[in-house]
Amino acid sequence: MNRLLIFGLASVLVLLSAACAPKQEAAAPVATTTGGSVRGDLGPPQGEPVQAILTSPPAVPPPTNRKQPAKVVVDLEVQEVTREIADGVNYTFWTFGGTVPGSFIRVRQGDTVEFHLKNNPSSKMPHNIDLHGVTGPGGGAASSFTAPGHASQFTFKALNQGIYVYHCATAPVGMHVANGMYGLILVEPPEGLPPVDHEYYVMQGDFYTVGKYREKGTQPFDMQRAIDERPTYVLFNGAESSMTGPKSLKAKVGETVRLFVGNGGPNLVSSFHVIGEIFDKVQPEGGTHPQENVQTTLIPAGGAAIVEFHLEVPGTYVLVDHSIFRAFNKGALAMLQVEGEPNKAIYSGKEVDETYLGGAQASMQPVVAAAAALAAGTLSKQQQIDAGSILYKGTCSVCHQESGEGLANVFPPLAGADFLKADLPRAIGIVLNGLTGPITVNGTAYDSVMPPMSQLNDDEIANILTYVTNSWGNSADAISSGQVKQAREATGRPLGAAR
Amino acid sequence: MRGSGTIALSAVLVLGACGVAGAANPSPQVSVPGGDFRSVLAPAPGQDVVRVPGFRLDETPVTNAQFSAFVRAHPEWRRDRVTRLFADPEYLSHWSKADQADAVLADQPVTRVSWFAAGAYCEAQGRRLPTWYEWEYVAAASETARDARNDSAWTQRILAWYGKPATAGLPPVGKTPPNMYGARDLHGVVWEWVEDFNSILVSGDSREQGDPDVLRFCGTGALTMQDKDNYAILMRIAMLSSMEGRYTTTSMGFRCASDLKSAQP
Repeated sequence: MNRLLIFGLASVLVLLSAACAPKQEAAAPVATTTGGSVRGDLGPPQGEPVQAILTSPPAVPPPTNRKQPAKVVVDLEVQEVTREIADGVNYTFWTFGGTVPGSFIRVRQGDTVEFHLKNNPSSKMPHNIDLHGVTGPGGGAASSFTAPGHASQFTFKALNQGIYVYHCATAPVGMHVANGMYGLILVEPPEGLPPVDHEYYVMQGDFYTVGKYREKGTQPFDMQRAIDERPTYVLFNGAESSMTGPKSLKAKVGETVRLFVGNGGPNLVSSFHVIGEIFDKVQPEGGTHPQENVQTTLIPAGGAAIVEFHLEVPGTYVLVDHSIFRAFNKGALAMLQVEGEPNKAIYSGKEVDETYLGGAQASMQPVVAAAAALAAGTLSKQQQIDAGSILYKGTCSVCHQESGEGLANVFPPLAGADFLKADLPRAIGIVLNGLTGPITVNGTAYDSVMPPMSQLNDDEIANILTYVTNSWGNSADAISSGQVKQAREATGRPLGAAR
Repeated sequence: MRGSGTIALSAVLVLGACGVAGAANPSPQVSVPGGDFRSVLAPAPGQDVVRVPGFRLDETPVTNAQFSAFVRAHPEWRRDRVTRLFADPEYLSHWSKADQADAVLADQPVTRVSWFAAGAYCEAQGRRLPTWYEWEYVAAASETARDARNDSAWTQRILAWYGKPATAGLPPVGKTPPNMYGARDLHGVVWEWVEDFNSILVSGDSREQGDPDVLRFCGTGALTMQDKDNYAILMRIAMLSSMEGRYTTTSMGFRCASDLKSAQP
């Protein structure tokens, strides 16, 4: 708002001083910079001291809605707690306020912050806090060094607006940070941030345990892995399932979401990305010139950004570190569930799912011929086999192989398979519904997963099975699309299948 | 066994009969031969080896039972009589009585003791607190080596203690294996006061002389360390740096040392 005013004012100045070039130049910087800390001192605090509202992730405190600088009192307690880092895996975290990341702090530029750091008497370690939003040596670290069962106080003026990381800076700092001692402090610009529908607090961190990823039990910190920068876990908000399933972030179609995204490190930088969204605005650190239309934004260790996007289409959006093995093998994954009406004009959902054979496309002719013959009521067994052979190569041969021999101990054979021959109706069901778990084929045990192939239509399945049961020495009657139709109607839609 | 002995002993003391041997007597000491030692904290600019003269060190940290006996003999150190300059309000607050530790705590290391109180205890035994260099010198030893600081398995074992929450009860003293000098419990049980804890801050390198806060910034602290990988020791130093002489915490205990010549037979 204010910026618009300033901009308007600058334009007026330009108009007024059209004949006076130097004045015009002098006015320009007002509109394009905040002036940094030099302009951050908005005078002494006004009114009664305000107690800061602190929130646990993913919640964010409400806007300060203040027009004047105030004295803000922050009470933050360090707690050493043991809790789940992943399902069945416990870890002893050191925390600011009992959570990883620590409590979210929200103040306004120009505020005078009276900071009280308390170290719970049950703590084993001394701790302190270095806030990147502080102007002064150590960021408050020296003034807040606190033994267990004690409390420290220091005061600073928040001169620069922006989103800032805070962390423990007690030696050995790497270990204190690796154990979860970081969080975010937002210094609002004097005019506040534009209103949005949801604000969430997401912070990445890397964790180093003696045991492997998801190895059960209580896992101690592994110093050597930390020095080598080989994390066991890379997580949002300190636990593998912190924001998935019922704990997913929530929003509705038509709403705007603002994420305060921090990265505590200690080692990795984050390639932060939301699958299925484009960030309309990314404001790194305290930047007042947002970057627009960003797919993936870098969040450095010890850095943060404000990310905003408008939601057009319902569904689940997945927050990841796009250094993608971290997302799928180390836990850096969270979810945003968006409810609302689909908008097919923007995103259709799946419209077509068909076989594509690349360069072999020309040979789809037998499939077309078989379909025509079926419609005309003249379909022969040989036409079915010819069409099935093409479809088999496109859909089945990757696992069962063109030879029908499968892969030893992984994918069972179809050629001369006793399991297939024993029960042909069952084979129709397997193609439709998939098959998971142990079976024995020709005396060899298999324990694997075949996904449902229900995206194939009835005559395609009939043709494939007719081909399979009449190839590589197999021999049987043709299977009709009517038989497949019957089997499909007799079974429910398998979970995750096309239809 | 030791627990019941302590209770019996307490009863005797209440009756006024002193000098009975038992858990409340001072810990036996081990003899530590002197030597040259590369401390994590350089003693002076350009000098990285410390000469540690021979001394004697308590085999185990001081227990609640031992400290109870001291408090009864020196009631000015009761928590309800001590001056606040010498001990903060949490001093011995884990005892249900002002002059005696609960039986269940008897063999556990005494914690919630201030540096002043720890020093007074040692003095009452004709001993003193160890210096940082003495403590570090003995604590560098594993069961099989006088200097095990490059043994990654050993350091990982020490670090594991830091990962355990302090809310778990303390173990009785003397249950960890003796190190090369015969001393026990230097790691994995409690933090320990040292005589010169307050001067550790100014023992760094010359660039930081005159800045007693050097260790309060991890970054500069790490720069003055000679052995930056030795996080186990680094954390001891950080802990001691955070303390003042009257402070007490749930994990800070102590043991005593004595000079070889003044050592009791």
